[in-house]
Amino acid sequence: MIEFQGIEKRFAGVRAVGPVSFDLPPGATLGLVGENGAGKSTLMNLLGGNLQPDAGSMRLAERPYAPHGPAEAMRCGIAFIHQELNLFGNLTIAENLFLTRFPRWWRSPFIYRTGLRAEAGKLLAQVGLELDPHTPMDRLAVGECQLVEIAKALAGDPRLIIFDEPTSSLSTREAERLFALMAGFRRQGRSLIYISHALGDVLRLCDDLVILRDGLVAGRGPARDFTIPRLISLMAGRVPEATAPAPTPPREPAGAVALAVRGVSRPGVVRDISFELRRGEILGIAGMMGAGRSELARILFGLDAPAAGELRLHGRPLQGATVRERVRRGMAFVTEDRRGEGLCLEASVADNLALAALPAFARGRARRIDRPGLQAALTPVKAAVRLTADADGRAVKTLSGGNQQKVVLAKWLLTKPGVIILDEPTRGIDVGAKCEIHELIRALAAAGTAVLLISSELEELTALCDRLLVLNRGEITATLARAEFDQARILAAALPGERSA
Amino acid sequence: MNRPGARLLRGALNQASLILFALVFAGFGSLSAKFLSPANLLNILLQSAPTVIVAVGMTFVLLTGGVDLSVGAVMFVGAALAGKAAPGGAGPAAAVGLMLAAGALLGLGNGFLVARLKVIPFVVTLAVMSIGRGFGLWLTETRALNLSNEFLQVGAARVLGVPVPVLLAGAVLVTATVVLGATPFGRQLYAVGQNAAAARRAGVNTRRILLIAYVLSGVCAGLGGFLSLAQLGAVSPKFGENYEFKAIAAAVLGGASLQGGRGRIFPGALLGATLIQAVENGLVILNADPYLYPLVTSAVIFLAVLVDATRTSLLAESHRRQIRVEP
Repeated sequence: MIEFQGIEKRFAGVRAVGPVSFDLPPGATLGLVGENGAGKSTLMNLLGGNLQPDAGSMRLAERPYAPHGPAEAMRCGIAFIHQELNLFGNLTIAENLFLTRFPRWWRSPFIYRTGLRAEAGKLLAQVGLELDPHTPMDRLAVGECQLVEIAKALAGDPRLIIFDEPTSSLSTREAERLFALMAGFRRQGRSLIYISHALGDVLRLCDDLVILRDGLVAGRGPARDFTIPRLISLMAGRVPEATAPAPTPPREPAGAVALAVRGVSRPGVVRDISFELRRGEILGIAGMMGAGRSELARILFGLDAPAAGELRLHGRPLQGATVRERVRRGMAFVTEDRRGEGLCLEASVADNLALAALPAFARGRARRIDRPGLQAALTPVKAAVRLTADADGRAVKTLSGGNQQKVVLAKWLLTKPGVIILDEPTRGIDVGAKCEIHELIRALAAAGTAVLLISSELEELTALCDRLLVLNRGEITATLARAEFDQARILAAALPGERSA
Repeated sequence: MNRPGARLLRGALNQASLILFALVFAGFGSLSAKFLSPANLLNILLQSAPTVIVAVGMTFVLLTGGVDLSVGAVMFVGAALAGKAAPGGAGPAAAVGLMLAAGALLGLGNGFLVARLKVIPFVVTLAVMSIGRGFGLWLTETRALNLSNEFLQVGAARVLGVPVPVLLAGAVLVTATVVLGATPFGRQLYAVGQNAAAARRAGVNTRRILLIAYVLSGVCAGLGGFLSLAQLGAVSPKFGENYEFKAIAAAVLGGASLQGGRGRIFPGALLGATLIQAVENGLVILNADPYLYPLVTSAVIFLAVLVDATRTSLLAESHRRQIRVEP
């Protein structure tokens, strides 16, 4: 059906995928598994025409295949059902299905509603969704939206359907319904590619498996040859790279509790989260994308309110404290969205650096900014993060990703935080800056700061952290001490695995 | 968000225009019996006809998530052109053509800058508003131009007993409702307003949609301007001033969201425009201090925007990404 021949894709010189070669027999179901960032999505985006490969080629049904866009891929019979749904809540189901090719009254500009309903009804019947096609989209549950997305894909009568994490927001019943549907597609002779972190589902549904690791094929073969533990070891068991950070040297036991979290819940996001973060400790949070790690960070920092539970900072309750109060009391939060939330891109480096600590440098009744004092305080901080010396006057957007992240870190260091939450602090930055940030995190902890580190890179977590929490679907599924760090064990706790209602 | 209180609040917010409408009519009606007389109600309808038409055009633009601040200036440019052409013998028919053409042209300019050059709608239409107003003032040399009685006759004419302005406003309402509800363009307009990036991914020609929305807003402003001209019989330097606020307020009162993607022509824009006109009319009947008019009108507009903001944040809250499926 589809054949990859030495496919390779680079982003800004960094290899994301490849060279990868494998093929999918017609009518078969292929399972694609791998950690976050292993290259699954990139590979599928190449297939779906969203990206073009830098090297290698693809063949579809024995013919060369090089789509220039999603529309061309669709014409070739490839449908891609994305993890994020592309639907419009303000339109009806039928309108969503036929947005760019409405049936019309004979040669008139008007939509033929009766025909639209009939056509949409046929597609909905194929996915087993028994709803009036004229139902507004925003009345539908997530699972039903997913089915509409699949119905949309079916409109082009595809030969190959790609499912990217289709079950991550579905209930057990909805997922079972989807699996029954997939079985139906197989009987119709369509080929399927199924991407999921739920390894039990993958083993049950797929004929063949391909395991990706660091953009390369780490294993492949018939599904019956694999078990969940073997899959996990293939996904995790990577050769140590030169870039992997050296482990933090053993240190004396951590100090007093800095941040206490007890029974924190927020419906639909996290449930019953409890842990203690001590002074001088680096506590890591591992988990798959969408496990609720960043959402938990937002709750801790006061950006979202918890529905239940208690937070204490240095023994004093944080209930009702605004973000500003939390910052004043020594909390800092380095967001995962550096460009969107962490920086004012158009402003200068100096202005960005001053932002969080500004109230502390306002003097007198008129609250004038003490510029010399600010400069004096900034010098050691800039040295600590090894920020390029001549950067002050430049707009932040002109800096590299690594230097931008250093600006964010320096901004928070200036507030002398007692607790710092770091969400993906090394994502998308070069190796050198990454090492420097790792050193900085260690230095912070050594100086007594409590560090909460969220990362998708297991090596980063296992090397830096004293303790690890594993989050899975908004719940803590494992708490591991340093001696218990084991990539396979962490992955097993992070993966949804067998579903439980 | 399933608590009964929240549901009640959301229900009230969704029907805010109807509730306000009833309150305003009951309020003025209890203060003055004349307000609810059939003659005065028809008068309100007549006075609101130009606002209705401009608000309909505005709704198209608001649905895309944009805004058109230039409508008042477009009305003025058209009226100034018509006023200059009148002494040469150009009657109402020529004036309509001239004003619609001026509206289409300025709308095309707005649309081009927004859709092609990706300039923020607020800035584009603010500039066109300034340019239009300046051009009109230059054309009229800031003097008032009086038009022939022919214009006033059009404004007062009736067809089958229905006043022409009401008839025109009705025709625009029906046409716009059909375009938005029953043509691919209309449905795609809603999609673009909801999520432009997703619409582009789905294969919608978003640039074309945006361009047409601004042209329609300009054309509606031209037509609204003509009606206003036919009712006043003269072009003053203040002609069409503040109409952008009236039109935006009418559309938002009628349920259109400033974030795009939500809003309806009927009854939305109609209700909003008559509501604003009813407030002005009621104040006149009550003999209120004329200096109070803008205060009261802006209080109504403020309320409309407040309702929109609350509605939007409530919607955003219920649309947040869910990680867990709660048992």
